[in-house]
Amino acid sequence: MNDTLLYGLTACALIGLGVFGLIANPAPLRKILAFNIAGSGVFLLAGAVARRGAAAGFGGDPVLQALLITGIVVAFSATALAVALVLRLNAVTGDVTLAEPPAEPTDDND
Amino acid sequence: MTLLFDAALVVVLLGLAAWVVLARNAFAAVAAFIAYGLLLTLAWLQLHGIDIALTEAAIGGGLTGALLIGAVIRLRTAPPAAPATSMTLALAAIAAATTTAVLAACVLALPDPAPTLAPLVADNIAVTGVENAITAVLLAFRSMDTLLEAIVLLFALVGAWSLGADSAWPGRPGFAQSAPPNGILAYLARILPPIGLVIGVYIFWTGADNPGGKFQGATILAAIWLLTMAAGLTDAPRVGSRWLRAALVAGPLGFIAVGVFGSYSAGAFLALPPEAAKPLILAIEIALMPTLTLILALLLPGPPQRTSS
Repeated sequence: MNDTLLYGLTACALIGLGVFGLIANPAPLRKILAFNIAGSGVFLLAGAVARRGAAAGFGGDPVLQALLITGIVVAFSATALAVALVLRLNAVTGDVTLAEPPAEPTDDND
Repeated sequence: MTLLFDAALVVVLLGLAAWVVLARNAFAAVAAFIAYGLLLTLAWLQLHGIDIALTEAAIGGGLTGALLIGAVIRLRTAPPAAPATSMTLALAAIAAATTTAVLAACVLALPDPAPTLAPLVADNIAVTGVENAITAVLLAFRSMDTLLEAIVLLFALVGAWSLGADSAWPGRPGFAQSAPPNGILAYLARILPPIGLVIGVYIFWTGADNPGGKFQGATILAAIWLLTMAAGLTDAPRVGSRWLRAALVAGPLGFIAVGVFGSYSAGAFLALPPEAAKPLILAIEIALMPTLTLILALLLPGPPQRTSS
């Protein structure tokens, strides 16, 4: 097993973990975290593909590697915007859930 | 030996990622995410992506980690969300397993020899005058991506600002910070900025020929600015301030100006005439650097919160 295959398969597992967390965890902040895990898995997968493209004296395909830098920066800006949305939701409603409010209050609610 | 290191690194990465996803405590999940980001830096080094490793350490682990710690602390008092039903968990597990299986099949079926653009870059890099292939790609071969990225960053900041309450507009982002003036935080916030300034500018400047560049350098500058803000030594600027708004659009506008110059002198938008390629690349980088520093720093405190200092 060579190193690009190892990192490529790891990336697949990371994306899977991120997808699981994105669906399974109800808290929006945890969904953002899970989305970042999935995103870093995508980057790592592309990084393994870039490493396979090593040629002409470069350790990896520089075009793909440059796109990854762009990707990491854009992922940060999207995360910052998502966090700002969650914090605003919390400031307005005092809650952090994305669930629909109950249609009518029931007796067992506090 | 290297493969043994790779295998150990991969096991720790997967363990930390699982901790981020499964931990009960949100703060523990964020802490694991920061450790994960730093270890991912090692994976980038193993994959010969030194520029990516620098970006990952600075932005993926560092800035994102600081952002999430701030968010998790402010959400401490929020009521916990209702836990997922076992039906949702089962569906999530199936979706995750399917995604991983399909992707793994694709990884195993990757073509050999791998397609690569490296020889094209090697043939044409001399024209650009820079020696770091990543910088050549970012600012010459695919500069449209970098231009759009700078604009995406600006839009993200505009989006975050627009989430401020009307009563706080056009005030200062984040909450007023104060630290004991003789405490360790204020001490570090006085000692570290000169060092950080030199390192940040060096990483920016050396990016033309060595690993580094404006994103990594701007992140370091943003970090020291945030440190002085956290210690209460400086305050975030008002979002209505004219100099701030001018500085935020200056970078993308400078980039577009170079692009328009290219359509006259080299026949295409963002094309660089070979005899002036290096000075023009430098011009783009110098124009983008202050804008990137401001945006990366101001994305952390987020929308305006207070009209007075």
